[in-house]
Amino acid sequence: MDFSEPFKLSGLLGRFSPDGKCLASCVQYRLIIRDVNTLQILQLYTCLDQIQYIEWSSDSLFILCAMYKRGIVQVWSLEQPDWHCKIDEGSAGLVASCWSPDGRHILNTTEFHLRITVWSLCTKSVSYIKYPKACQQGIAFTKDGRYMAVAERRDCKDFVSLFVCSNWQLLRHFDTETQDLFGIEWAPNGCVLAVWDTCLELWAIGPNQLITVFQYKILLYSLDGRLLSTYRAYEWSLGIKSIAWSPSSQFLAIGSYDEKVRILNHVTWKKITDFEHPATVVNTKTIVYKEVEKSSPIESERLSFPPTRALASSVFSTRSKYDISQVPVSFQYIKPVADRANPKMGIGMLAFSPDNCFLATKSDNIPNAVWIWDIQKLKLSVVLEQLCAIQSFQWDPRQPRLAVCTGNSKVYLWSPAGCVSVQVPTEGKAFCNALCKPLSTPSLQITFSTFNLAQALLVKT
Amino acid sequence: MFTCVKLEDLEPKVLFITGIKVTLPIVKIVSGKHWVITDIWVPCLFCCYGRLEDCNCASAVISKNMFQYTSEKKISPSNMNSQVLRLPLPSSKSMHNFSGAFCTEENIEQSISYLNREQLELSKREIVGLQERDRQLQSKNRNLHQLLKNEKDEVQKLQNIISSRATQYNHDMKRKEREYNKLKERLHQLVMNKKDKKIAMEVLNYVGRADGKRGAWRTDKTEARNEDQMYKVLLSDYEQRQKQLLLENAELKKVLQQMKKEIISLLPPQKQKPKERSEDGPVLSDLEEDIGELNKENMWELSCETVREQLTNSIRKQWRMLKSHVEKLDNQVSRVHSEALNDKDVISREDHELETEKLELEIHQCKEIIKTQQQLLQQQLMSPCDDDTTLLLQDCYLLEERERLQEEWRLFQEQKKNFEKERRSFTEAAIRLGLERKAFEEDRGTWLKQQFLSLSTDYKHSENVTTPSAFLGSKYLVQIILL
Repeated sequence: MDFSEPFKLSGLLGRFSPDGKCLASCVQYRLIIRDVNTLQILQLYTCLDQIQYIEWSSDSLFILCAMYKRGIVQVWSLEQPDWHCKIDEGSAGLVASCWSPDGRHILNTTEFHLRITVWSLCTKSVSYIKYPKACQQGIAFTKDGRYMAVAERRDCKDFVSLFVCSNWQLLRHFDTETQDLFGIEWAPNGCVLAVWDTCLELWAIGPNQLITVFQYKILLYSLDGRLLSTYRAYEWSLGIKSIAWSPSSQFLAIGSYDEKVRILNHVTWKKITDFEHPATVVNTKTIVYKEVEKSSPIESERLSFPPTRALASSVFSTRSKYDISQVPVSFQYIKPVADRANPKMGIGMLAFSPDNCFLATKSDNIPNAVWIWDIQKLKLSVVLEQLCAIQSFQWDPRQPRLAVCTGNSKVYLWSPAGCVSVQVPTEGKAFCNALCKPLSTPSLQITFSTFNLAQALLVKT
Repeated sequence: MFTCVKLEDLEPKVLFITGIKVTLPIVKIVSGKHWVITDIWVPCLFCCYGRLEDCNCASAVISKNMFQYTSEKKISPSNMNSQVLRLPLPSSKSMHNFSGAFCTEENIEQSISYLNREQLELSKREIVGLQERDRQLQSKNRNLHQLLKNEKDEVQKLQNIISSRATQYNHDMKRKEREYNKLKERLHQLVMNKKDKKIAMEVLNYVGRADGKRGAWRTDKTEARNEDQMYKVLLSDYEQRQKQLLLENAELKKVLQQMKKEIISLLPPQKQKPKERSEDGPVLSDLEEDIGELNKENMWELSCETVREQLTNSIRKQWRMLKSHVEKLDNQVSRVHSEALNDKDVISREDHELETEKLELEIHQCKEIIKTQQQLLQQQLMSPCDDDTTLLLQDCYLLEERERLQEEWRLFQEQKKNFEKERRSFTEAAIRLGLERKAFEEDRGTWLKQQFLSLSTDYKHSENVTTPSAFLGSKYLVQIILL
């Protein structure tokens, strides 16, 4: 594993271009474009204010920088460094900005979700989408970039509008059977839209008393607006926290607050199985990798990057390795605080491996464990028990390999062959808290912060 | 339950009480279980406070009378030695209030009636107590019922409140959302319709589309095209799915066919056919034959309903047959097993057969040998016998005779020896008897002497004495002669 020289970063804004050739990173006002292989700076753009969000266009030719505070979006071209574009939302304000899949339109959401403005880089035309719903995931594009679904709220009812991205024509508009729509997500084949309801309803029982009533509801709509199926786990069930489609569109994994992942199939839309996340794993067929600290910082010379740096890092941080625990294994279990909002419970993260073979999940009640499920056998295959709480994980886009970050100066890699812990050579205590992998290059970006200074590292694996 | 009180001593006032433990106020322990009552002081059975004599409670009067009666009896000297007095004790339940009322054989019926009355009284009291408790429990139950009802009412009330509040809340929410929407609308008008010059896009020059085409205008035509496109996408998805399903189906059909073949090959062929005929008649088998004539590969491609049904049906049927066959086999195996278990120490059949075969062979051989011997003997007999052989034969007979005589002699000798032994033992016994007789004679002499001395006056005595002695002597003599 080779590590690059760390470079500065602000706001954890570092993004690989979709073609995997460039890397964009932000430092305050500046946007820096580097070559992935050489790390040479290709372009340097200066924006009008501190950049809060960046996004590459799908063809890797443009990059947008959003400055929400000023209500401005600036777009830069890699091919023509002189080309510039500035979109000002004025007094309407700006809360979100994104590219359309064709990379020639920008969708800006104004403050208070008054409307979504679709700006075109090709023509003068501007389209507006009114009544967008303020929710976790209100806009969703199909993978082929042909259609866009937008969640709307009109007259105290939820609607979904389907647009054709090529000319922003409304294709379908239908109301959903939801109390308070929470998110929408297209299946990768672009034919089925999953719509899920809010996890809880609030009922007032007194002047200052509210009770929360959980609900679990997911609706599946066809591209032509037909309701294909509705799935409710059980009456009075705890709500949905996260969902993920398998890359083959065959499975829909639903993570909920009851610490279960339910897998629906695409033929009958019925539950195939549910994966529980118990605090104790008893199945002897499950492999439990436990991270253990090694106190002696030996073999630090093996790290090829500046030895002084490596040495320094090894002095500051202890190294770790994985042991295979004897089943049954009990994990550290956090009891959620009942009277606080956003309780730390339920399945917070879940992701299918690109080959559909594995599903990685994280239960917020057991923050130190990543659960890897074998989708072919529909069984728990591996559990990684870390020393620190899991911050993020990401599948390698080309092979079944999972990278995990846990708020310390290490990155962990799992593959069916085994599990490794890699020390990131940094000065001081670092926190890897973001992972990002381009589709076509074998590199992994680790963003971490050292004290108040954010830095990024590129890792070649 | 009664305790026996027996008067054993001449002192009439002391009583020994044996049996169960008695706790009387005035009691002295003499030894072990024998208690001496110096003064009979019996507590009242019914109130347990005063002496029974002094107590004035209604029930005590009866027992007082009884006590007086028994104490009179006890004092009278005629009863003193033999009379057994009985103390009636209350049933074990009320052991502590020991009753001192005695009962005798004469007044037993009276005491039984007294006891019955006492028990009746006790039961009555018990019943009263139980009734009281029952009443209390019932009142408690009533109270609890009332409480439950109150709670239920409360719950109902709260539920009503909750639902009304929920509807109110939802209503409020809707109202608020409407207000919010109005505000949004207003804001929208204010912000967007003011021709805000700030809301604008500054761009150096418009860039070409990613696909290189020009953007199309939105018209009805494009709308229709979009619809077409959408349905195309959906169709292609469904087609793909159908293809997948077809593939899966084909695989499954193949597996089924394979299975069918294998089952057929597994099943015993002679049993299969008649069964089939008997179960489904000739129609199906004919059909199967027809199918058999068809090219199988092509046939399964026809996924029409009849073919499908037929395949599944035939598979099902064969599966059932296979199952029954396997079950039969299992049964056989288990039976054999159980048999083997039952006669563990019996030789197995094969061994047995082998053994019999061997034995038969042996018998056969023996028979052969006997046959040849007989033949030889016959030959011998048939052949003219010379003098030597006859002599030899005669010698043989003599030898045999001699041997027999010797044997008899030996037996005789043995008998003689036994007789000798017996004789010896008899003589020994005779000697012993002689000695005994001598001793007896001596004893008799001394006895006569004594008798003579003690009853010197009577002469006849001496004569009387001699007769038995003579008789005795003759008896012994006879015995000796016999020996």
